[in-house]
Amino acid sequence: MSSSVVKLLITKEEGLEVFEDMYLGRAFEDMCAQMYYRGKMFGFVHLYNGQEAVSTGFIKFLKKEDCVVSTYRDHVHALSKGVPARAVMSELFGKTTGCCRGQGGSMHMFSKEHNLIGGFAFIGEGVPVATGAAFSAKYRREVLKEADADDVTLAFFGDGTCNNGQFFECLNMAALWKLPIVFVVENNLWAIGMSHLRATSDPEIWKKGPAFGMPGVHVDGMDVLKVREVAKEAISRARRGEGPTLVECETYRFRGHSLADPDELRDPAEKARYAARDPITALKKYLLENKLASEQELKAIEKKVDELVEDAVEFADASPHPARSQLLENVFADPKGFGIGPDGRYRCEDPKFTEGTAQV
Amino acid sequence: MWGLLRQKVGAGSSSALSMQRIRPVVSALRNYSSAAKEMTVREALNSALDEEMSADPKVFLMGEEVGEYQGAYKISKGLLDKYGPERVLDTPITEAGFTGIGVGAAYYGLKPVIEFMTFNFSMQAIDHIINSAAKSNYMSAGQISVPIVFRGPNGAAAGVGAQHSQCYAAWYASCPGLKVLAPYSSEDSRGLLKAAIRDPDPVVFLENELLYGESFSVSAEALDSSFCLPIGKAKIEREGKDVTITAFSKMVGYALKAAEILEKEGISAEVINLRSIRPLDRSTINASVRKTNRLVTVEEGFPQHGVGAEICASVVEDSFGYLDAPVERITGADVPMPYAANLERMAVPQVEDIVRAAKRACYRAVPVAATA
Repeated sequence: MSSSVVKLLITKEEGLEVFEDMYLGRAFEDMCAQMYYRGKMFGFVHLYNGQEAVSTGFIKFLKKEDCVVSTYRDHVHALSKGVPARAVMSELFGKTTGCCRGQGGSMHMFSKEHNLIGGFAFIGEGVPVATGAAFSAKYRREVLKEADADDVTLAFFGDGTCNNGQFFECLNMAALWKLPIVFVVENNLWAIGMSHLRATSDPEIWKKGPAFGMPGVHVDGMDVLKVREVAKEAISRARRGEGPTLVECETYRFRGHSLADPDELRDPAEKARYAARDPITALKKYLLENKLASEQELKAIEKKVDELVEDAVEFADASPHPARSQLLENVFADPKGFGIGPDGRYRCEDPKFTEGTAQV
Repeated sequence: MWGLLRQKVGAGSSSALSMQRIRPVVSALRNYSSAAKEMTVREALNSALDEEMSADPKVFLMGEEVGEYQGAYKISKGLLDKYGPERVLDTPITEAGFTGIGVGAAYYGLKPVIEFMTFNFSMQAIDHIINSAAKSNYMSAGQISVPIVFRGPNGAAAGVGAQHSQCYAAWYASCPGLKVLAPYSSEDSRGLLKAAIRDPDPVVFLENELLYGESFSVSAEALDSSFCLPIGKAKIEREGKDVTITAFSKMVGYALKAAEILEKEGISAEVINLRSIRPLDRSTINASVRKTNRLVTVEEGFPQHGVGAEICASVVEDSFGYLDAPVERITGADVPMPYAANLERMAVPQVEDIVRAAKRACYRAVPVAATA
């Protein structure tokens, strides 16, 4: 069979877009590791290396109005959703130009403009919030009669969450109310040092979908083309008003749970096995073998992204730290009664600091 | 096991149901006459919900048994018929789940009213109240506001034991990003619930099961659908000059009864109904203390780090020089709620406790042994 007869899984344009987004995720996170070790960012920093096919494979099918809810491993979901690398990097640096002006941090990325609504740091916590976002789309269509309210929500979370009660509560309600949501499980096999196989009675997470009356799909999360195929159908199904889907993406994180994790429990042979299935290398191979892209084109993209990430670091580094006055801002949308000035800003000075009524 | 227990409690919300038998809910809630009238707290809450749902289609009610059962305590009576199952949502027994769903909907501009069958069950959802609702406006630097109301009965009930009898005012009031309201009367209930629903921030709205059936006279103004009370303002329920008594929710009634008794003994007590626990109306409290020079705080909650402790600190900071006597704190006992009726009575503040404390503050000797 000649290659011309083989049905290609992706167009050249799509292929380059997907490659760029995956490579951006990887380059950005590698840079984060460097910056963390240089003391530019702090606290818990969870990197996404190895899982790029899931973020890119799903989020690139979304429109801007569609919603993404993520976990503490959220930088790359933010990037895929279109939050500029500068804004994400600055947030990680704790700078006022960050997407949350430095008030959110690594685990709490928000961008209302891009409909990225967290950034949840506890296991299972984001799942109900995502379900609520999906509920709001259905409510807008059915109660507020907004005919074009067909927005879809993607809830990203890991294998660890699938043993948590909120996951089950929300699968039930999402199916019961036919909400436009896709539950995307990034099963990277490990919850810090707890193997998925040691933590769950039935390791096949996708089977829990049919138990709640929704499709459950298992897909190779190291293969972006396969992820896209599943994502496209699940997102369309949600948009058509046919309800939720549970998708289990089998993937692997190439780094420890966070940059503070010594990562001693995972077998080096297992790591090597998955490293050989690097999703970016695999996509590259597919694009080249099928003549969808040339080496030079991919190199050019890599160069462009490397420069973008470099620029993000320079931008973040040069950006100002939040002013002292920012400390007490934005606790409330309406801070009346909390000793807030007429301009809506908290007055921050040491006396009376405890009650938020201090005078500046 | 939990589900079974809950079922029993739900079905056996006996005090609520029996109260209903005593005071049947008036069905024609919306035909107000222009004159002042009597209204139960239950009717007040129901009418406030009804009016806000009618005024704003983004307002919806969600919780266990709020729809077909008409509410475990009948606060949502009639709303399902009027607004349909899309806006009055019966949820499965999933506090964490439906509270988080409400929060997610609020992120997108809807105005959910989340009913907890009792606030004790909010413990299963406290992560969403605090981490998902209260902190989001700040974490997102003002991009995501969360206009949501968490409401339900709070505080000591009767004969239901430790897990169903607790006041959460101090818990939620210690958390930045939350507003915490506690109505006492029917006017409070209408005005504050409407304010809570219209507010752009998360509001914890602490009702009291034992007040639901109580009747209060309500002014014509408070019956108007535009009526609303300001968040963060206390109400002086009774003016006095010798001692200030602060209270909220059911304890306001106790404080007023205590004030009547004190009056007969020549002590003029000023009773402040806090209404808003957070923000706390420090200026009204301090102004009163500067007038009376004595303070008794009353609450059903636990003593340590309680609402009274915060009020005490505020008065010490702002009006230290005005105090003529040590501040007296009347609180629930520092124990989980006992079941036995005699022990239960001792575990929550009683009118005579308030009277005794006020007398002590006014240097009228009282035998200490009388406390037991």
